[in-house]
Amino acid sequence: MSGAGRAAVTPTVVARRRARSPRQVALKWAFLLACIAYFVLPLLGTLLFSLRSQPFLSAFTDTLNDPQFYSSLEYSFVIGIVTIVVSIVLLVPTAFWVRLRLPRLRPIVEFVTLLPFVVPPIVLVFGLITTFSRPPLPLTGSNLGSDVLLVCAYVVLSFPYMYRAVDTGLRSMDIRSLTEASQSLGAGWLTILWRVILPNLRVALLSGSFLTLAIVVGEFTIANFLARPMFAPYLQLISGNLAYEPAAVAVISFAITWAAMGAISLLGRGSRSKIQVGGAR
Amino acid sequence: MTSDARPAPAARAGRRRLGPQWLGVVPFFAFAALFLLIPISYLVVGSFQDQQGNVTVQNYLNLSRPITASAYMASIEISFVTALLGGLLGFLLAYVVIAGGIPGPFRSGVMTFSGVASNFAGVPLALAFIFTIGRTGFVTVILREVLGLDLYGSGFTIYSKIGLEIVYLYFQLPLMVLIIAPAIDGLRRDWREAAEGMGATSYHYWRYIALPILLPSLLGSMILLFGNAFGAQATAFALTGGFINLVTILIGGQLSGDVLGDRNLAYALAMGMVAIMGVTILAYTWLTRRAERWQRS
Repeated sequence: MSGAGRAAVTPTVVARRRARSPRQVALKWAFLLACIAYFVLPLLGTLLFSLRSQPFLSAFTDTLNDPQFYSSLEYSFVIGIVTIVVSIVLLVPTAFWVRLRLPRLRPIVEFVTLLPFVVPPIVLVFGLITTFSRPPLPLTGSNLGSDVLLVCAYVVLSFPYMYRAVDTGLRSMDIRSLTEASQSLGAGWLTILWRVILPNLRVALLSGSFLTLAIVVGEFTIANFLARPMFAPYLQLISGNLAYEPAAVAVISFAITWAAMGAISLLGRGSRSKIQVGGAR
Repeated sequence: MTSDARPAPAARAGRRRLGPQWLGVVPFFAFAALFLLIPISYLVVGSFQDQQGNVTVQNYLNLSRPITASAYMASIEISFVTALLGGLLGFLLAYVVIAGGIPGPFRSGVMTFSGVASNFAGVPLALAFIFTIGRTGFVTVILREVLGLDLYGSGFTIYSKIGLEIVYLYFQLPLMVLIIAPAIDGLRRDWREAAEGMGATSYHYWRYIALPILLPSLLGSMILLFGNAFGAQATAFALTGGFINLVTILIGGQLSGDVLGDRNLAYALAMGMVAIMGVTILAYTWLTRRAERWQRS
């Protein structure tokens, strides 16, 4: 064995040599810099391209003067917020009730909330269109119906990390004692959920909400096939027609993702769900 | 455990007798049934029917047709390559910033950026790469004007399989950093010191201690990356305008214009995809359970 000679070296010497080998340090930094370059160059490229428009910054001013830009952004945010509300209203009582009274159902609920990982968005929207384009519930026939379908699809997409966030949050508090204390003070279930459980879940829910918002605002596949005027389909549309504006819109979209993710990391790492496979790919 | 047995105030007891316990989860299951389970079962049922509605497995046999088979091959190839590369590079990056003696700010910077970049995807990401190494992208131009390296002259194009793989790595690599970081954190310093105390070299340490402990996490994470790329549609669509034959793109084409000319074949195509994703997630779950044994809780 070639290691036999080295084995005689004392541990401290080995440790010191590992820490100071200049070749390793150089390799390490070279690798790190290559990674940084790979991640920064596309962002830089987008920014530079958006600045190439004449007159200076006109890509941004044109974008900000485009009513469709605002309407798609506004529509996406409204859909995102409705999605978050529905998701919370649906999942918080469920997770609470399952923890408190039906622990035997937990594996089943967990399984259902993880299904969106197995069913990619394209398959989900395929199923939804197949199901809801015919009686008894022809939702795709009207704008309102399609909006409802879009929100419901996004709520399904939010299941994995929202449920996980809520469940982790519930685990960290003594919901049995809290519930009993509230009940002995005369609180009903709604009061308990609204005034005791929800405030305690604030951090977990906020980080789940920002993740949902970032994913919904950037979501393309489902929005595109349901023909909804969302932000990502708008960006796709103008990228075929205009030169510099798409770069400006992409820069703005990166900024939105940064803001949402920055908010999550500000809220603390502890409550962040482990798996972050979103639906926007 | 006393809550049910203790004599309760009237109001509380009354409220509790309104219905059986399971009524509390009805809204959730009703929602999941309506918008997830029933739509999927429509696809399942349709995939086992022919155009006239007779029961058949012909649709699944038809998946071996050139168009669907090559879509699966391309999807699997791209997912495999980006999972392997993204997994290895992501692991290296995570290891370097966590255990490599890099200054602290770098570590938190890389971790935060990974959280963001793993969510950069879809149309804006595709555009960013087109602006960068597209035909007129600034890196392409710099390489040509300054270094005399003509990317597009040498046959490279961002709108190809390799191009798509380069783009996918942008979210695959950071995702790997995020999910492998806890496992690297779990490598205890004393294990290395104990090994060195007994005369082990770096090679011995990695071969007999670190790698066997990390292996389930590494494999599990790469499998998750595979599924992550396999289900992706928006990025590929935005980059190539739909002119690349992937399973997700083919399903999309069927949805907007019946490219297969056979709806039931499309159902089978989608189900094959769900089956592959299912195996992926099962393998991931199994491997993470194994990996968690070594992690500090």
